[in-house]
Amino acid sequence: MAGSQWEHPPELCCRPMAFVALTGLDVVYNAVHRAIWDAFCANRRADRVPISFKVLPGDHEYPKCRTKRTSYEWYIPKGILKTGWMNKHLNLVPALVVLFYELDWDDPQWKEKQSECATRVEIVRTSLQGRNTKVAVVLIQKKTPLPPGEDLVASEKASALCGSCDLSGKSLFVLPHTDHLVGYIIRLENAFYEHAQTYYYTEIRRVKSHKEFLNKTTHQLLFVRHQFKMAFLSELKQDTQNALKYYRAAHSLVHELRAHETNMLEIKTMAGFISYKICRLCFQHNTPLDAIAQFRKHIDLCKKKIGCAELAFEHSAWMSKQFQSFGELFDEAIKLGLTAIQTQNPGFYYQQAACYSQERKQMAQQLCQAGMTYPSPDPLDTQSGGLDFYGQRPWRQGHQSIDPTDPEKEKMGILALQIKERDVPHSELIIALLSNAVAQFKKYKCPRMKSHLMVQMGEEYYHAKDYTKALKLLDYVMCDYRTERWWPLLTAILTTALRCAYLMASVKDYIIYCMELLGRASTLKEEQKSRIEKNLFKVLMNKVPEAESECDPSSVSAARSLWSDRTALSGSNELTVEMQDYIPFIQCKARFQSPSFHVDQPIQLQVFLRADCPHPVSFSKLTVSLSNQEYNQWCVAESSGEESMTLLPGKPKRYNFSFVAKTEDVGKKVEMTGVEMMLGSDSGRCVFLSWRGAGGDAASTQEALQASRSSRRWGRGTEARQELDWDSLTLQHSTMIISRVPKICVQLSHQPPVLTNEMYCIILTVQSQEEAVAKDVKLTAGLKPGQEAGLGQTTHVTLDGSSVCDDNAPALLTDLPLGDLKPGEKLEKCVYMRCVSTGPRVFLFHVAYSIDTAVEGRHIVCKCHKDETVSVETVVPFEVSVKFVSTKFEPLERVAVDIPFLLMTDILSSSPWPLLLSSSSLQLLTITSNTAQLQSQLQQVVLQTGESASECFCLRCPPGTNNNNTVATGQYVISWRRKSSSADGPVIQTTATLPHVILESVPLYVYADLPSFGRVRESLPVRYHIDNRTAQVQEVEIAVDPSDAFMFSGLKQVHLRVLPGTEQQMLYNYYPLMAGYQTLPQLNISLPHCPTSSSTALRRFLPQRIFVKPQGRQPDDASITAA
Amino acid sequence: MAVCIAVIAKENYPLYIRSVPSQNELKFHYTVHTSLDVVEEKVSAVGKSLGDQRELYLGLLYPTEDYKVYGYVTNSKVKFVIVVDSSNTSLRDNEIRSMFRKLHNSFTDVMCNPFYNPGDPIQSKAFNGIVSGMMVQTG
Repeated sequence: MAGSQWEHPPELCCRPMAFVALTGLDVVYNAVHRAIWDAFCANRRADRVPISFKVLPGDHEYPKCRTKRTSYEWYIPKGILKTGWMNKHLNLVPALVVLFYELDWDDPQWKEKQSECATRVEIVRTSLQGRNTKVAVVLIQKKTPLPPGEDLVASEKASALCGSCDLSGKSLFVLPHTDHLVGYIIRLENAFYEHAQTYYYTEIRRVKSHKEFLNKTTHQLLFVRHQFKMAFLSELKQDTQNALKYYRAAHSLVHELRAHETNMLEIKTMAGFISYKICRLCFQHNTPLDAIAQFRKHIDLCKKKIGCAELAFEHSAWMSKQFQSFGELFDEAIKLGLTAIQTQNPGFYYQQAACYSQERKQMAQQLCQAGMTYPSPDPLDTQSGGLDFYGQRPWRQGHQSIDPTDPEKEKMGILALQIKERDVPHSELIIALLSNAVAQFKKYKCPRMKSHLMVQMGEEYYHAKDYTKALKLLDYVMCDYRTERWWPLLTAILTTALRCAYLMASVKDYIIYCMELLGRASTLKEEQKSRIEKNLFKVLMNKVPEAESECDPSSVSAARSLWSDRTALSGSNELTVEMQDYIPFIQCKARFQSPSFHVDQPIQLQVFLRADCPHPVSFSKLTVSLSNQEYNQWCVAESSGEESMTLLPGKPKRYNFSFVAKTEDVGKKVEMTGVEMMLGSDSGRCVFLSWRGAGGDAASTQEALQASRSSRRWGRGTEARQELDWDSLTLQHSTMIISRVPKICVQLSHQPPVLTNEMYCIILTVQSQEEAVAKDVKLTAGLKPGQEAGLGQTTHVTLDGSSVCDDNAPALLTDLPLGDLKPGEKLEKCVYMRCVSTGPRVFLFHVAYSIDTAVEGRHIVCKCHKDETVSVETVVPFEVSVKFVSTKFEPLERVAVDIPFLLMTDILSSSPWPLLLSSSSLQLLTITSNTAQLQSQLQQVVLQTGESASECFCLRCPPGTNNNNTVATGQYVISWRRKSSSADGPVIQTTATLPHVILESVPLYVYADLPSFGRVRESLPVRYHIDNRTAQVQEVEIAVDPSDAFMFSGLKQVHLRVLPGTEQQMLYNYYPLMAGYQTLPQLNISLPHCPTSSSTALRRFLPQRIFVKPQGRQPDDASITAA
Repeated sequence: MAVCIAVIAKENYPLYIRSVPSQNELKFHYTVHTSLDVVEEKVSAVGKSLGDQRELYLGLLYPTEDYKVYGYVTNSKVKFVIVVDSSNTSLRDNEIRSMFRKLHNSFTDVMCNPFYNPGDPIQSKAFNGIVSGMMVQTG
C-alpha cells in the first residue's frame, strides 16, 4: 500500500524484549529438544520474564561487529538513526547465546564430549567476535541431579568443563530432563534474564561512553542517536523509567537540530518515533495526562515544519499518522483498563487524523498534476531496496548539507513522489480513520459528533464515487439533523445527496431530495430552488434533468447516459413517496370540520395544500383514504381535461369533500388513513405524494406547537383574520359518527323514595315531536347496568302492577316493543320496580326508534334513541318493634310455661307518604294464643309519617314444653300499601320475626282474682289461687302483712298443703281506707320444703297495687251532714 | 474575540448563529452542533447531583486543533456557544464569562419583547449589535 511509508516500523511499535538465542537444539527431529523449546515458548504470560527466544543453529553467523571507532574527530554522521538498528538489537544480536548440550556427569565418553562442547562454545564465540554477548551452556541430563554440594563428582566435572570452555561457573546450567521440565525452564530463563540485563547494562554504558568524544558542531545527529539508543536498550533491559528519561532527552535534542528543507523529513520522522515511544511509555506507566501533554507538545513543535512546499502533502500525511498512532495508543490503553471521557477520547485523534488526511488529499490534488510521466531512472530506487537512515530521500542518502547536491535529481525525485502520491487512495484512508472515530464517539456518547463524522464519511464516499454508500450514510444522518431542526446543515447534506442521486440516476432518491430541497426547511437561494424545481419537472415528464453544479465533468457525462437509459425504460413509471419522513415542498393538512357528525348530516372534510417552491405546481389528483374504504370514492378530486389543479407558491388552497355516513357506522370513528396527491401524469412519470393520517410531515408538529404558543400570546386575533393562517391550522384526523338527535320527549313521573318491597310505579310518558312516523319504538327500562354488583339480585322490574312480582323478575327489561308513534302522539307506560334492599339506585329508560329521513337527497333509515335516567333511594316503610311483657306489663326476661303473658308490637312509620295497614297477623311457633280468635287490631289503619301503631296479644306457652330453652316464637306479618295507590293494587306483606324467648317453669303459681278498682270503705273481695304445678305435695305457709290503707278479714297466717296438680283458694275481704293508688297488703308465701323458690319470686304474679276510688258522694246525705 | 456565536433553543435547534464571514460558515454550524453533545452531558450530570444552584457557565466544552468552544446554559435550557480561535491565547476565562453574561443580558431583552415569540429565530437588531461587538473584526 502506498500509504505505508508513513506507517511506523513494526520494530518501533513492539514492546522490546531481551533477545536470547538458543543453539544446539534440534527441534525438528529430537523430541526432547522439541519439548524443551515448547516449554520456552508456550504460555508466555505476563508473569514470566520478558525474553524473546529464538532457536539458531550452532554455527549461526551473527551480524558482524564493525571495528570500534577510537576517535570521532574526522567522523561526520550521515543520518540520525539507521533503519536496521532497532531490528538488529531486537532480532539479530542476542544478549545471550545459550548452548544446549546433552551430557550426563557419568557419561562414559566424558572426555570426548567435554572437548566437543568446548569446540562448540568456541564456534559461537568466534561468530560473536567483538560483541559483548554472553555465552552460557546448558547440559541436558537424563538423571535427576543430587542437591548441590553432595555430588562431588559432578562439581569436579563441572569446574573442569567450565575450565575447558572458558566459562564462569554462573554460566553453566544443568537441565535434567525429568517430570518437572517447566519448573526447570522457568528457573533457567530467570537466570538468562539476569545475564541479558547485564549485557544491556554494559551496552548502555558503552553508548554513553561515546559522549565525551562528540562535539556540538559536527556531531549533533549523534547526540540524538545515542540518546535514542540508550533509551531503546533501556527498554530492552525493561528499565522503562530510564528509557523514558532518555527518550525525553532525545526529543529535546532532535528539536535542537538545525532544520532545513533537506533534513526536515528526517527530523520529523525521528521526532515522531521518539514522541511515539514517550507516549507509549507514559500510557504504560498509567500517566495518560503526561502522554497527552507530550503529544500536544510534539504536535505544536512540528505543526509548522512543513518542509518542501512541493511535497506539502507529505507533511499532512505525516501529521495524520501522528494523530492516528496516538489514537491507537490511547485506544490500546483503554482496552488495558484506562478510562476515557467524553471530551478526551481516542475519537478526537482519529478525527484529527482524518482531517489531516483530507488536507493531504487536497494538497495532493493541487500539487500533483496529471499527465506527467514518471522519471527514469527511478529516483526512488536505491541499491539496497530500502533506506539506510530513517526519513531520508532515496536519491541523496546520507546527504546532510543545506542545499541539495544535484538540483536536477532533486526535481526528478519530487516529481516521482508527486506521481506516487496521485495513486494513493486518499478517500479510503480518510474513510477508515473516520469510521474509527465514529466508533469511538459512539462509545463516549457524542451522537452529534458521530453524525458529523458520518456526513464527512458520506462526502468522502461521494468523492470516491461510491454513491450508493454515500447515500446510505447521508440518508442515515439526515434524519438526525431533520429532527434537531438544523436546516443549514440539512440543506448541505441534501445538496450532496442530490448530487449522488443525480450521478447514480436514482430516480426516486432524486425526486425525494429535490422535494426536500424545495421545501421550507431548505436554506437554498431562490434561483437554486428554481433550478431544482425545473429539474424535478423534467424528471416528472420523463426527461433527463440538468446536471448538478460542482460535479466532476466525466461523471456527469456518465450520469447523462444513465439517465437516458432510465427514461427509455418503459414501465414502473409510478412511485410513491411517504411524506411524513421528510419536509417536502408541498404541505398538506387535512381535517374533518367537526370532531363528530350526526348520521343525518353530511360529513365534511377539508384538505389544505400549500406549495413552498418558487414556481406553481400542478397536480392531477388528490385522494383521501379513510378507515372505512367505502367512503373513499367521495374523497377524490381529479383534474378534468384541460383544467388542472395548480398550487401557487405560498398560497394555501383548500379542497372540500363531503359524504353521507352509513347508518351502520353510527357509534364508530371514521379516521383518515392517508392523503395522496399525484404529481405528473400517466404519460410521463407519476409520483404519488403520500401523507399518513391527516397530513403533516417531519417538521409540522413542532411548527404547530410554535403556532399555538404564538396564538396563545396574541389571543384570538388570528381567528378574526380573513385570510387563512396556515400555521394555526390544526389537523383533525378522525371524526365520530353519532346517532341522529332524537325528537321525542321522554318524561318520568314517580313518587320517591321507593319503599322496600313495594311495587314502585314509574310512569313513563313518550311524546313524539318528529315530523314522520317513529317506527319500532322500543323501551328498555330497569336498573342501569354498571352499578354495584348486588343490586341486580335485589331489584326486579315488571310491567304488571296487579300483583307483587316474584324474585325471578329481571332487573332490566329490554326492548319492549311499544309500536309506532305518529307525529305528536303521546304514549304512557307504567313500569313497576320492586327493590328488596335499601340504598340508592339509578334506573335507566331507553327509548329507541327508527325513522326515515333524507340527507342530501339520499334516503336513510336512522336509528334514534333517547335515554332518561333517574336516581332513587330505597327506604324501609316502617320499623317494627316487639316486646314480651307479663300480664302486669312488666318486661319479661323469661317466660314461664303455662302462664299467660303479653306480646306488644309497635309499627313506626318512616315513610314520607301515608301508609295504609290492611291487616296484621301472628304466625306463632311453640306458643299459642291465649284467646281463641286472634283478630288484627290494625285493620285499615292509616299511618302518617312518624306515627306508630301498636297491638297487644295475650299468649301462653303450653305445658309440656322443654324448660330452660330458648325457643323461636314465630313471625309478625303486616300487610300494607301506600294509601295513595289504587285500591286494587297489590298488598305488600312485610314480615317481622319475633324475638326468641327463654322458657322456665314455676313450681307454684299464685294468682289473684280481684276487681279492677276499689272504693273507699267498700268491701273489696280478693281471691288468691295457689296452684301446685309439681308432682309433689307442697307445704305452703301464707302470712298477710298488715297495711295502713286497708283493713281486711281472712286468715292472717295459715299453713296448708296443696296436692299435686290441684289448687287452693284463699278468700280475703279488703276494706280500703284511703283513696288513690294503694299498695295491697303483702301476701307472704313460703315453701318450707322448697327453699329455692322465694316469696318474692312468687309475688311477681300477684298484683301489688290497686286504685281506690274515693267514697261515692250521695247528693242527699253527704252535703247535708256537712252542712 | 469570538469567531462564531450561537444561541440554541431548549430543543437544540439554532435560534441564532453567526460566524465570521470570511470562513466556512457550514463548518461553524457543525462545530456548534457537535458541541451540544458535551453541553447535554454536562447539564444532565449536574441535574443528577443535589445542588440545584447550577453554574450557567459550562467552561471550555472541547478543544479542537483550530478552535476552542465554550458553552453557557440558561435556566430555561437555552444554550449559548462561543467559538474562539485556538491561536487566540490572550483571552482569559473571565473575559469569556463576561461575554456570556453580556449575551445573556441581551437575550433577556429579546425575550422581554412582547412581539417576540419564544422559539422563533432571533432577529433583533440590538442583539445583533451586541454579537457584532464580540466578534472578531475582519477587514
